[in-house]
Amino acid sequence: MKATPLSNCERRFLLRAIEERKRLDGRQCYDYRNVRISFGADYGCCIVELGKTRVLAQVSCELVPPKPNRPTEGILFFNLELSPMAAPGFEPGRQSELLVKLNRLIERCLRNSKCIDTESLCVVAGEKVWQIRLDLHLLNHDGNIIDAASIAGIVALCHFRRPDVSVQGEEVTVYTPEERDPVPLSIHHMPICVSFAFFQQGTYLLVDPSEREECVMDGVLVIAMNKHREICTIQSSGGIMLVTDQVLRCSKITAVKVAEITELIQKALENDQKVRKEGGKFGFAESIPNQKITAFKMESAAVDTNNVEEQAEEIITKADPPSEVFAKPILHTPGTAQIGEGIENSWGDLEESEREEAAEEEGESEATAFECQKMETEDTSTMRETKTDEPIVLSDSEEEEVVILEPQELPKKTRTQTNSKQENTSKKAFNKRRKKKRAAH
Amino acid sequence: PPQMRGSRSKALPDRALVNCQYSMATFSTGERRRRPHGDRQASELALQLKQTFEAAILTCLYPRSQIDIYVQILQADGGEYCACVNAATLAVMDAGIPMRDYVCASSAGLAEDTPLADLSSPEEAAGGPRLVLALLPASGQIALLQLSARLHQERLEAALEAAGEACRALHAVLDRVVRERLQEVTALLGD
Repeated sequence: MKATPLSNCERRFLLRAIEERKRLDGRQCYDYRNVRISFGADYGCCIVELGKTRVLAQVSCELVPPKPNRPTEGILFFNLELSPMAAPGFEPGRQSELLVKLNRLIERCLRNSKCIDTESLCVVAGEKVWQIRLDLHLLNHDGNIIDAASIAGIVALCHFRRPDVSVQGEEVTVYTPEERDPVPLSIHHMPICVSFAFFQQGTYLLVDPSEREECVMDGVLVIAMNKHREICTIQSSGGIMLVTDQVLRCSKITAVKVAEITELIQKALENDQKVRKEGGKFGFAESIPNQKITAFKMESAAVDTNNVEEQAEEIITKADPPSEVFAKPILHTPGTAQIGEGIENSWGDLEESEREEAAEEEGESEATAFECQKMETEDTSTMRETKTDEPIVLSDSEEEEVVILEPQELPKKTRTQTNSKQENTSKKAFNKRRKKKRAAH
Repeated sequence: PPQMRGSRSKALPDRALVNCQYSMATFSTGERRRRPHGDRQASELALQLKQTFEAAILTCLYPRSQIDIYVQILQADGGEYCACVNAATLAVMDAGIPMRDYVCASSAGLAEDTPLADLSSPEEAAGGPRLVLALLPASGQIALLQLSARLHQERLEAALEAAGEACRALHAVLDRVVRERLQEVTALLGD
């Protein structure tokens, strides 16, 4: 299935917001989303959530003969899978560009940086070595796959325990977990990727882009660093032009972020270790939050309410008092009740329907269907009063997105409008079509 | 050599599409290689070439068309990507496709605090950090930056400098070659 393309007004809105240094979810330019790490019941299995982006990592091992030109080193194999579960745009089995890019990045970040000691994976030189396989699956795509994947990968590798092995002469004994405790992998350092999204030819940059921001970005710069401030890999992609000091600045920001994230990882690993030792319950079943309706809550987002009072007063003074809303429930038959009346069928009278929808557009920014209906009853009654007043210039053409009306005549809902009017005009086209659809039902 | 033709489903309405394919001859490296195509590394290098040239070529002048760049490595001795970029730059220049600037690429590395420019195959295999830089020399803008293996943050600047120097030197060479060729061609045409 093809992914829905981003509409032009949304693109413009996002770019304007970025110019004003605002992001959709209220973060600052250099802020990361919340990182949550949860472990599975097996060693080496973990899920990392970066905001809504979720990546599952699983590490497994196997004894195999080594590569002929590297007889004393273990083999590492990394694999990242994008399935349609993550986003409707991904297709199974197709080697898309994105997949290749991500895979190579993960490989370079984890393999070339030598974070895992491959020599220690050797059992019998030239005959048997451990092959460590890291599988990453993207469960949900909300931007910035590479960061989540790198965190998941390194956490899984740190968490993994391989079976203990002892060699007596020519004989190799592999102990099961019951016989001897499994041994962790020897990991030198933890490289973490940080992505920077660039906009407007490099003038604005954001850390940890969400999916919407990724659609409008010019390009991305990924820097992988570990907490010793060693850069493990840098990759710039997307055809952006960078300048040297931008790169250096990004690397400084990366150092800070990586320190934070590494701390978080350490804490999570320690917690899990503690829980397992104490014999408590661990695994995914415990870490999935209960999503009951009564327990569901959204994280509170800070809203800028500085100018709200002035705005609200302005709106109130301009608006007429709303006409009486029929809030008494009307009992038709026992067991059914109706609040308010439906809108008048306006098929025959085209002009009136256009006025109604124009009135509705002015009045609402984000309303549910029910609220729309209620408001329509208000609007139609007000409009009938002002029908004989000034002629209202409307355009019949469907293409024009902006319908100009006298804004003072219409009651406006007092809603805290923290977004600029730009968003309102961009929503008008959308609402116009929405109203037409609903009238058709 | 690049060529232009209309591509069917992937045509962009306002820009040209740049399509790159990278392959290594089987005799190019020390051990005989099979599978010149379909390798993950080959796909990645092709992607990076594509990205570099999409940024450098003025694609908005050729809407709804495609520019193909095919690169074949005859002998690999380290720095394949850089050689590809330089060769492709010359080819695009020769074909007369307008670009923002020459794209010069060079790799750089560090060997115990000394930055080295243009690593060869044994230097790469030694496992030190390796930085690949594709630069537009006039403006100093970086079209592609890629680093593998560990490099301390403090040394990043030194490595970038070394690579930048090498790119600028390369730019001088490329420029001279292009001008010489132009003179040849015009002399031949003029007769």
